[in-house]
Amino acid sequence: MPQPRTRPLKAPRLWAHPLGWSVLALLVLAYGLPHTQPLFAALFPALPRPVYVQEPMAELLWQHMGLVLLSSTAAVTLATAAGLATTSKTGQAFKPLMETLANMGQTIPPVAVLALAVPVVGFGEWPAMIALTIFGVLPVLQATLAGLASVPPSVLDSARAMGMSPRQLLMEVHIPLALPVWLAGVRVSVIVNIGTSAIASTVGAKTLGLPILTGLSGFNTAYVIQGAMMVGLLAIAADLAFEVLARLLDGTRMPPAH
Amino acid sequence: MISFECVSKFHEGVAAITDLNLHIQAGELLVLLGPSGSGKSTVLKMVNRMVNHDGGEILFKGKNINGFDVQDLRRRMGYAIQSTGLFPHRTVAQNIATVPRLLGWEPRRVQARVDEMLTLLAMDPKAFSHRLPHQLSGGQQQRVGVARAMAADPDVLLMDEPFSALDPVTRAALQLSLKEIHRATGKTILFVTHDIDEALLLATRIALLKQGRLVQVGKPLELLQQPANDFAVDFFGRSDGGLKQLSLRPLAPHIKALEGAPALHTISHTATLKETISLMATHRVSVLSVVDDHKAVLGQVQAADLLEN
Repeated sequence: MPQPRTRPLKAPRLWAHPLGWSVLALLVLAYGLPHTQPLFAALFPALPRPVYVQEPMAELLWQHMGLVLLSSTAAVTLATAAGLATTSKTGQAFKPLMETLANMGQTIPPVAVLALAVPVVGFGEWPAMIALTIFGVLPVLQATLAGLASVPPSVLDSARAMGMSPRQLLMEVHIPLALPVWLAGVRVSVIVNIGTSAIASTVGAKTLGLPILTGLSGFNTAYVIQGAMMVGLLAIAADLAFEVLARLLDGTRMPPAH
Repeated sequence: MISFECVSKFHEGVAAITDLNLHIQAGELLVLLGPSGSGKSTVLKMVNRMVNHDGGEILFKGKNINGFDVQDLRRRMGYAIQSTGLFPHRTVAQNIATVPRLLGWEPRRVQARVDEMLTLLAMDPKAFSHRLPHQLSGGQQQRVGVARAMAADPDVLLMDEPFSALDPVTRAALQLSLKEIHRATGKTILFVTHDIDEALLLATRIALLKQGRLVQVGKPLELLQQPANDFAVDFFGRSDGGLKQLSLRPLAPHIKALEGAPALHTISHTATLKETISLMATHRVSVLSVVDDHKAVLGQVQAADLLEN
């Protein structure tokens, strides 16, 4: 008897998945921090103000996420468009140049890009946006190119020989086959971006890096720990969200053989 | 159906195909045969403009192929290759439906055609339609590749060493399938191979190529009996050319009436002379009983009679 080959897709149960727990922990910490005074007072008896209250932590979280979302969207859009352009006849010639540029973008430390952007656009969110976008392009561009390169030449050859137009080739062959590798690149880019956004506080962007910087300059270890926990939890939650996404994608295209 | 008129092709100044004149009739299964580098794949790919020719004319149904819209031309020609080129992210049914879908067939018609194609290639539509290519064996993948090439009922099938990567048993089964499909549908097929036995088995005509030039074209037996030059003689096997000829000759005319009791070992009446002699050698006998499809004895065959005309 032939067995049904496709496993029905189940919606992931959030409470049973670490993603649910990490999101919950993040929200509890963001909104519950002011109520942890006794805990941190006990842990850091030498500090007069052991809990960061200068800015509401939840607000910093949303601003941090907003900055990541904007800069990552810009980086992913740019990198993906540039990568896909290499599949066209005219775009092919720019592939080596693109790879070189992206590599250069990754070699320059984000702090340096931040520092360079300040004289041009001033302090605030803008230099952060620029630096994070430049820094986020490379992993996505590399993944887009690698994903496109992973499409077997014989598949492209026969798709063309069956009379697919360049557009159909892109939409029906290149993009779906490059998607898993591309998503892995986006994942790396966004996770790195979450960490780098913390540094963006140095140029005046309000992010979860603020408590860390304040703590470091004022010798307040408790602030550093509170900020670092928030950034860490956010990165973990985002990473787990990508894992779920990757698995959903995998489930629709590659059902298990048994 | 397809005509090459003085066609040439250059790769970076070096001639890959030189002055090719070849006319393929409707319903032929023409095998392009030759060693590696003989240009046989290039000839095939020039037909659907996957490779553009540099000189001369290629006509499809009497019209220059450059006069067609390239996508329209390709959709009218089925294409099957050695590595199948199946879409790994699409099911068997979706793969087979590719060209019909590109041509804008109705979903119901596409579905019916997919089932018809799978059945034609001896695969159960219910069991295989929803599988992905990586869940199939090599032979099954190649069957799907052939089904996909034939799905839109193309005027011509172009096949580039489709069975070369398969094991001998699977290859033989697919060769027989293709031969049967050709007989039943009367499709014009252009088939590239370097395997002489495959060419002799399948071809209605063989075009032998060497270094981009047509050496000889003709029926399989003609090429064996009257090779045009030393290359043709060597290519078909100087020492066992005679045995290859036997593989093209049927046993039927050599069947004689039974003399005395039937021989112990039997052979089917549809066998070739090569198979007959092979069986005699295996059992070290000079007489075999010939049986029909129902194992009823029709007569006998003697070794001494086989080589007479």
